Amino acid sequence: MSDPGFFGEWGGRYVPETLVAPLDELEAAWRAAREDEGFLREYRRLLREYVGRPTALTFAERLSAELGLSLWLKREDLCHTGAHKINNALGQALLVKRLGKRRVVAETGAGQHGVATATACALLGLECVVYMGAEDMARQAPNVLRMRLLGADVRAVDGGSRTLKDAINEAMRDWVTNVRTTHYLLGSALGPHPFPTMVREFHAVIGEEAKAQFAAGPGGLPDLLVACVGGGSNAIGLFHAFLGDPVACVGVEAGGRSDAAGEHAARFAGGGAAPGVLHGTRTYLLQDAAGNVLPTHSVSAGLDYPAIGPEHAHLRDTGRVRYERVRDGEALAAFARLGRTEGILPALESAHAVAWVIREAAALRGKRIVLNLSGRGDKDLATVAAAFEAGP
Amino acid sequence: MSRIDERFAACRAAGRPAFVAYLTAGDPSPARTVAACLELERGGADVIELGVPFSDPIADGPVIQRASERALARGTTLAGVLDLVRRARAAGLGLPVVLFSYLNPLLRFGLRELPAAARAAGCDGALVTDLPPEEAGAWIAACRAAELDTVFLAAPTSPPERLAAIADASRGFVYAVSRTGVTGEQVALSDDARPLVERLRAGGKPVALGFGIATPEQVAAAGAVADGVVVGSALVRFLEEHPEGDLAERVRWLRSATETPR
Repeated sequence: MSDPGFFGEWGGRYVPETLVAPLDELEAAWRAAREDEGFLREYRRLLREYVGRPTALTFAERLSAELGLSLWLKREDLCHTGAHKINNALGQALLVKRLGKRRVVAETGAGQHGVATATACALLGLECVVYMGAEDMARQAPNVLRMRLLGADVRAVDGGSRTLKDAINEAMRDWVTNVRTTHYLLGSALGPHPFPTMVREFHAVIGEEAKAQFAAGPGGLPDLLVACVGGGSNAIGLFHAFLGDPVACVGVEAGGRSDAAGEHAARFAGGGAAPGVLHGTRTYLLQDAAGNVLPTHSVSAGLDYPAIGPEHAHLRDTGRVRYERVRDGEALAAFARLGRTEGILPALESAHAVAWVIREAAALRGKRIVLNLSGRGDKDLATVAAAFEAGP
Repeated sequence: MSRIDERFAACRAAGRPAFVAYLTAGDPSPARTVAACLELERGGADVIELGVPFSDPIADGPVIQRASERALARGTTLAGVLDLVRRARAAGLGLPVVLFSYLNPLLRFGLRELPAAARAAGCDGALVTDLPPEEAGAWIAACRAAELDTVFLAAPTSPPERLAAIADASRGFVYAVSRTGVTGEQVALSDDARPLVERLRAGGKPVALGFGIATPEQVAAAGAVADGVVVGSALVRFLEEHPEGDLAERVRWLRSATETPR
């Protein structure tokens, strides 16, 4: 299909009529902006001077030696606000200015996208409302405080499973109501067109930098890229620059406690997923036999989502990217191990990618691997402390 | 002419707007929904919209969200909703019935299979909240083949060329969303409503106005503008507060300010 809103048979724009014209307007503004040198210059300046890009590519020396492979970490945890999310939040916030809107709504799971959005809005003088599931607010309390200190209005969502999916529902309801004045700053590579493509483009800098850094340092191309996949923004950001190269890609989903329905958020590697439509896009969706969305579980709030970005659905179908899953316990162990071996506490989301490399080390012996360390783990200390107290 | 066409034509001939009543199927229970449909008919409703409960109703406000949760907790599925329509028909329901659903339950059922199944159960039309006409090609074809009317939404944000396409894809009637927002009661009819209905009328199909209409005065005001008036959350809330309350009486009350023919 040549429709720009589709990746193979996935994607599209399945939204209430009220949102169709605003999405057209957004797409037009974004297409104009990406051709506008002034816009790009300002975006790149902010990435450099405000976010602190380029982020480092760090060789994980001790862990590599223990595992018998060569592992580099793309250090998105070093971005201002502590995760890759700021790349997209700043890009979209600049677009909001072009659209002449003054108000931004966003959803957040782990709080990283909420913090990034609150930050971008503070920087650019925009009003910011962040919807967050009540359960996520409890497990990511530091980020709630951070968003409020940045001037955002953080609203608890008590409906449904009280996690990321429900925060998106509520952000979409706010958006459809206030669409004439408000932009929905969606935080992952999902949702209706043009979000999956636009968000990918704002994160493509991750892979572009990693490719140049790898070529200049170790030399050549890595054998393998690894990233965690919730909605899939950090993964697509890393993978995209390499999709035309002979480099294997692995996306790591949240395997939760087990493969039983409701116990995980692994759309590909777990059970219970089928093609479906949620939040405006056609993709793989964890759902029951009647088409209702299943509850999910992950120790990591940012991966706790029943659908996946449509481009990942396509990359899975074509076999270009492999998707695997990692359990909560493996992610927690990887969190601790990276801290001890490298002095880096990863976000629990990113810890899933680390855990997969640790588990598969025997099969990966000798490989040169780039792993997207999409965020830092400070926000997860309470979760980790509680888990280690409870024991394995 | 479909049963929906006939109803709108009869209302026009009588010089009154059609009263379109929305209920969430399965709330508070499947049996209550069957009885409620018959009460709506007795009270003078013209068309019934039956909401298929969905886990993530992004276009609905709190009242219908709660109704959907209650209906899902009672195990209501799309197949179950079709069965309710079948039971209501067997009990003598004569009004046209429009299924009102989000896309995903239909996809799971089978987008190509559903129209014939819905028609066989006694449905006359279907509206899919999150399926705009440009993504609806296969759906429209399957509905045409099964003679199930396709109702599409038009919004205050829709530009003129979209309104034309929406009216063109619609059968039975076009559903004009009175304001930007989710379903739910409002204090006054939005300023967006009248111009939207007037632009849609150019398509030559009946236009029903909905979202936020909750009192006899609002029903009358909307009825003065459009060919039909949709009342949803106000009826769903009535059932929430009075599960065994008389919906026939409620419909008569809601229509009480709409007496004079246009």
